[in-house]
Order: sequence, then C-alpha cells, then structure tokens
Amino acid sequence: MTTRFIFAGSGGQGIQFSGKQMAKTGMHVGKNVTFLPSYGPEMRGGTSNCTVVISDEEIGSPSVSTPDILVAMNLPSFDKFEPKVAPGGILFCDSTLVDKKSEREDIQAVYVPATGLASENDLTGFANVILLGVILKVTGIFDFADFEDYLLSNIPAAKTALIEKNRKALELGWNYLQ
Amino acid sequence: MSKVLMKGNEAIAEAAIAAGCVYFFGYPITPQTEVAEYMAKRLPKVGGLCLQAESEVAAINMLMGASAGGTRAMTSSSSPGVSLKSEGISYIAGCDLPCLVVNVQRGGPGLGGIQPSQQDYYQATRGVGHGDLRLIVLAPSSVQEMASLTAEAFDLADAYRMPAMLLADGALGQMMEPVDFSVFPKRELPEKTWATNGTKGQRKKNIVNSLFIDPNELENSIRARYERYAKVEENEVRYEEYMTDDADIILVAFGITARIAKSAIADMRKTGIKAGLLRPITLWPFPKKKLAELADTAKVFLSVEMSMGQMVDDVRLAVGGKRPVHFFGRTGGIIPSVEEVAEEIRKLAEA
Repeated sequence: MTTRFIFAGSGGQGIQFSGKQMAKTGMHVGKNVTFLPSYGPEMRGGTSNCTVVISDEEIGSPSVSTPDILVAMNLPSFDKFEPKVAPGGILFCDSTLVDKKSEREDIQAVYVPATGLASENDLTGFANVILLGVILKVTGIFDFADFEDYLLSNIPAAKTALIEKNRKALELGWNYLQ
Repeated sequence: MSKVLMKGNEAIAEAAIAAGCVYFFGYPITPQTEVAEYMAKRLPKVGGLCLQAESEVAAINMLMGASAGGTRAMTSSSSPGVSLKSEGISYIAGCDLPCLVVNVQRGGPGLGGIQPSQQDYYQATRGVGHGDLRLIVLAPSSVQEMASLTAEAFDLADAYRMPAMLLADGALGQMMEPVDFSVFPKRELPEKTWATNGTKGQRKKNIVNSLFIDPNELENSIRARYERYAKVEENEVRYEEYMTDDADIILVAFGITARIAKSAIADMRKTGIKAGLLRPITLWPFPKKKLAELADTAKVFLSVEMSMGQMVDDVRLAVGGKRPVHFFGRTGGIIPSVEEVAEEIRKLAEA
C-alpha cells in the first residue's frame, strides 16, 4: 500500500509542517516515507507545497505528479493540483479560503472551513492542524492516538499553551465530520 | 540509534561529523546551504571549525591547506560554485591530498536554476579541473546514502590519497527520509606520514606541492598517481542491480533518477516487459565490466538522466557496440516522471 500526498497553500500556513508531521508519524509506525518540499523563493512567502509518500514498500520516486490525497489551502493550489488528483483520490479543501468546488466525479472532495473554524475557536494559525484531524478521520491512515503523540512530542514540554492548541485543533478536525 | 527523519543536506553534515570531519569551508548556494547551516551549528560543539569563506575559490584553497595539514576536511557547494572550485580541486589532486567535495547539483549552465539536475556528470567524471586527474565520484540515491556515502568518501579519499566527490542533486539535498547513523563500517586507514603538521624535530620536513618544472619528474609523479587510480578501478567499483537477471531492457540511472527508473521498471514488469536497472553508485570508477557482462544477455540499454545525455557516453563505451544504447532525459531542473520513463521502456519493448 502506497499513499502519495500533496500539501499546498500559502507560505506561513504550516504546509511544510503538515507534510513533515505525516512523514514523521509514518516513520515511527514503521513505514517507508519520503518528504520533498518545494524550495527556493517559496520560503520567502508566496505559494508553498510539499509531497509526502508513505508506503509499505521501498519508495521509488519521491516526487508526485498524481497525488492520492491533495490538501489545498488556497485557490492557486486548488487550481493547480485539483485536476491532477488520481482517480479515486481525495481532495481536502480549506473552504474558508477556496471559494470553489470540484466538478470531478471520480474523486472524493471534503470541504472544511478550517481557517474560519480556527479563528472562531481561538486557534488562529492552526487551520493546518484542524485539516490533519479531518484527514486522519476520513482516510484512517494512522491511529489518532499515534498521530497525536508524535505531534505533541515535538513540542517542548514547557510550551504548554502550544501543546494545548495543537491538541484542541487536531481534535476539532477529528470531530468535525460527524 | 533509531532512525531520524532528516534532510539529505543535513544527513551529509551529520555523517561527516560522525566520520571525524573537523573542518568545513563553504559559501552558501541553493540547494545545498543546509550543509553549511548544520555544520555551523554542530561543528564548533565537537571541537571543529566551520568557516564561511569570502568565495568558493577561497573555500577550496582553505580546504587544500587543512588537508595538507593532515586533517579530515570538506567543502560543499552546488554546480556554479563547484565550477569556481575547479582550479583548487586540480591543485588538490596534483598534491595527492585527500578531501571531500560535495556537489548538490542544480540546473546549468551558467547560473541556470535552483531545481535538481545531473548536468555535472561530465564535470565530475571528466573535467573537474585541468590536467590528468581523477576524483572518486559517489552518487547517493537516498538520504540514507547521503550519509553512508559521505562516510565512505572520506575513507576512500584517505585510503587512496585523492579527492572524493559526493555527487548529489537538489531533490536529494532537500528531501527528508529516515536515516540510521549506526550502521557505517570503519576501515583501516594508512597513517598520514606525508602531512605538513610539524616535524616536532623528529623527522625531515614534508612538502606538499603540485609544481614540477622538469617534465620527466612531472610524468613520473602522474604515472605514480595513475597506478593508484588503477587500484581504485580494480577495488572500489560499486553498483546496485535491480531485476537484471532476466532483463531484456537494462536501464542505467544514478541518484534520484535511479529511483524513478525502479518504479517505472516495477510498473512495466506488471505488463510482462522484462526490464531491469543497473545503478552505478561509483560514477568513477564506472561499473564498465558489469555493463559489458550485461551486454551479453540483455538486448538493449537505456540511459536515464536529468541532463541532455552525459553518462550515456560511458554506457556506450562499456557496452562497446554490442547492443544499442538509447537515452532519455529531462533537464533544466525537471525530474522525469515515472510515467514518462515507463513509456520509454514500453517503446523499446515494442520496437
């Protein structure tokens, strides 16, 4: 089983963080993983994307042209990558920032107003983590507790407020689709 | 030690420190700057020194000095920066000094671009500086190999008293994969009796030099060096084979491109096409004997590169006209897709 992700959005939305978190959890549960960031001018703002491959087998190409899962956190990312999602794949979309719906019938589309939810819940800046919670629920790729453990264990224990916000955002996403 | 998720560039730096590298001289350039960044953070803590020079030219000459002094030292850069270092690399080879030069390749020529490429194959294996000289050139294909081949490159350089190059690319430098640092074997290395590290009144002074006015003397020094090169060719060829046993179509690819070739081969095998891969790990010495052997059983070869076709020349030389050798490449910073490589394999199978 191989799952190929593209995370895409604007610089500062935590796109690279989300991708790394997926890859790290994959590594900890014994999968092969690759994480390939876009690099260069993106680091100074503008668009940002990364590709993550999680597999039970040896991973050939770390670059992904047709993702199984696309996470689009702004409109340019939606426009660029939505047509490339593999048939049967899943699109996760921050519908606060993407004012569009997919017209494709061969993929599943999940719309979550993540940025809106974040600001309503005093979680500004954690829209990406909310989306991670939704992705875990919809795909079942990792055990929720495993993912939460590895997410929170990266944060220094002294930063309790940060730990709490990450936990709250992840749980908000996990419980969003009832 | 368990596995850690790390960038390829960081893995180079960590492996170098673990291998006993104490001096790093560099100048920033995308996509390899994380090597220097990591060195700047870590080397001083282990008693080493990381120095950002005023230019690539200065950095390579500092490396020559550190190496002449008998210390384990390295520099790293990306394509345009390695061109600037080429004069110094020639001097280092002429002085028989061991060191590591890392090239995390980007698109060229000129300033080119910042995305991954393999356009410096000729430079690394042929023309990295003036004069009769060779570098040992190692081509990693994963973040794990960015680490293990860095350690190996230092040892090979010391064992044969010559510079070694790690030839990576922007994708390998920037991507993260799990790395295990606990698995690198150590080899027995000769003492550096030639180093200019102070006589302490105990021995005659050592001289490190690449200038020989008398042509006979120069020829002798080059011939002696080529005897060592012959030993490298005899003993240090490294490659990986993937499904070559019954393959009609043999792909030859190194670095990141080899992984894409593997995926394409696995896909084509499902359709009944017998393809396989030879992945050179040492680009010099090139696995030419192995390729010549494969030419006895395979029907056709395909060199896949992120360039307009450079290694394909070495494949042709090795195959020696016995079988057709084709080429497929993307260049300028484009990574070929699995689908387009698979399509090339399919075309050869149908031809």
